[in-house]
Amino acid sequence: MVTAVTGGTTRTVDDARVVAETVTDPELPMLTLADLGVLRDVRVDDDGTVVVDITPTYSGCPAMGVMRADLVHALHRAGFADVDVRTVLSPAWTTDWISEAGRRKLAEGGIAPPGRAPVRAAGPVPLQLGPTRRTADCPLCGSADTVEQSEFSATACKALRRCRSCGEPFEHVKEI
Amino acid sequence: MAHEETVYDALANAADDHGHWAFGTGFDDPLAGVDTTVPEGVDPADLGTYCLMLGDDALVLAQRLTQWVTASPELEEEVAVANVALDLLGQARLLLARAGSTGVLGRSRSQATDSIPDEDALAYFRDPDEFRNTGLVEAPGGDFGRTVVRLLVASTVRLALFARLRGSRDPVLAAIAAKGVHELTYHRDHAARWVLRLGDGTAESHRRAQEGVDAVWPLLADVLTPTDVEQRLVDAGVAVDPAGLREEVEGVLTTVLERATLTVPAWPAATAPRGRSGQHGPELAELVAEMQSLARQHPAATW
Repeated sequence: MVTAVTGGTTRTVDDARVVAETVTDPELPMLTLADLGVLRDVRVDDDGTVVVDITPTYSGCPAMGVMRADLVHALHRAGFADVDVRTVLSPAWTTDWISEAGRRKLAEGGIAPPGRAPVRAAGPVPLQLGPTRRTADCPLCGSADTVEQSEFSATACKALRRCRSCGEPFEHVKEI
Repeated sequence: MAHEETVYDALANAADDHGHWAFGTGFDDPLAGVDTTVPEGVDPADLGTYCLMLGDDALVLAQRLTQWVTASPELEEEVAVANVALDLLGQARLLLARAGSTGVLGRSRSQATDSIPDEDALAYFRDPDEFRNTGLVEAPGGDFGRTVVRLLVASTVRLALFARLRGSRDPVLAAIAAKGVHELTYHRDHAARWVLRLGDGTAESHRRAQEGVDAVWPLLADVLTPTDVEQRLVDAGVAVDPAGLREEVEGVLTTVLERATLTVPAWPAATAPRGRSGQHGPELAELVAEMQSLARQHPAATW
């Protein structure tokens, strides 16, 4: 078993993974990076460096730098001296990578989780001229009678909806 | 872990050589850990120049769209335009970083301080004649009608290109394209729905949408003719031949315009590529000067 460089005690890759899996998303703090599907791999190199792979959600996600800093900081604080956080671009992230636990935590936090991501074929992308048909149950009262207010919202990944039953507005993580 | 009190605390406490996260600090390399080896048989300078072309298209259009922030017709649209611009800015960062990894830095590297990462050096310390974007994205946005028509045309061209680029022999370009396709799909659909709404709306919105179409269509002349660099990379299996995009682009645009009750102008005659060769109008110099002003006045600033 490859062990990581720490302050004297022997730590395994499993220990490092446990630490990395506790780091939360800066914009959806109810989710860990593991719940979000952004944390792709944790391993220990031959020289004892903890290597963490993360993947961006959107090309312009401004939180990548913070995620990287949080991961390095958490692992340092847990005693792992050498940490290397690497970007993995392929395959591209989709909302299907959000775990079941992540979907539950989103709903508990008042944000409707995404449905299934659209299926993408290899050829030309078909044009969609009608409104994007999304459905989302209200995370506050559970009603299915909700309507999209704005396709874009405070962060790239969310749309704004309103519940017709309880009248409350809420955010919805868009399928991508 | 206990989350830091604020993002700024987390950044300030980051065990990094540079304790800040902002322009010029080198805090975050968008390609950190990505294998940037140039595929065999490909000229690194060609690959880098091609990445500048695609990156500059995104950077310049993002800048044009951002000019609508605080000036959009409604709050929701302002958020939408800012989100689309942010996606494009992210694509630009990845592509300019890829260009930098091939060593294609022009005069920028000698003007930027060492701590500035390649993608920032390329964005902030190149002169306008070193930009490789097409004339389609640099033209002023005009009114909102012209803006959404240009966004429709530009995202239709870029989506058709990126869908094909997913098969590039350069795995970095292929990955950037695969990611970009998800985003460009809703950029194009969003713009198309606005063109429908304006074209098939009131007499005034129809008039403005048609004026937008008539102003944007001639710009297509600068988009679909390959440069020598693109041609060599097409032959090497790395790039997409823009001439091969016409059928799909024309089909999509005609569908949208006809549904919007707008008149489809004649397709412009192809010209020798201007923007891709570094020939730009005075509008680009103005845009670049504004975008670069802070970085050039304070080249070593961190905050």
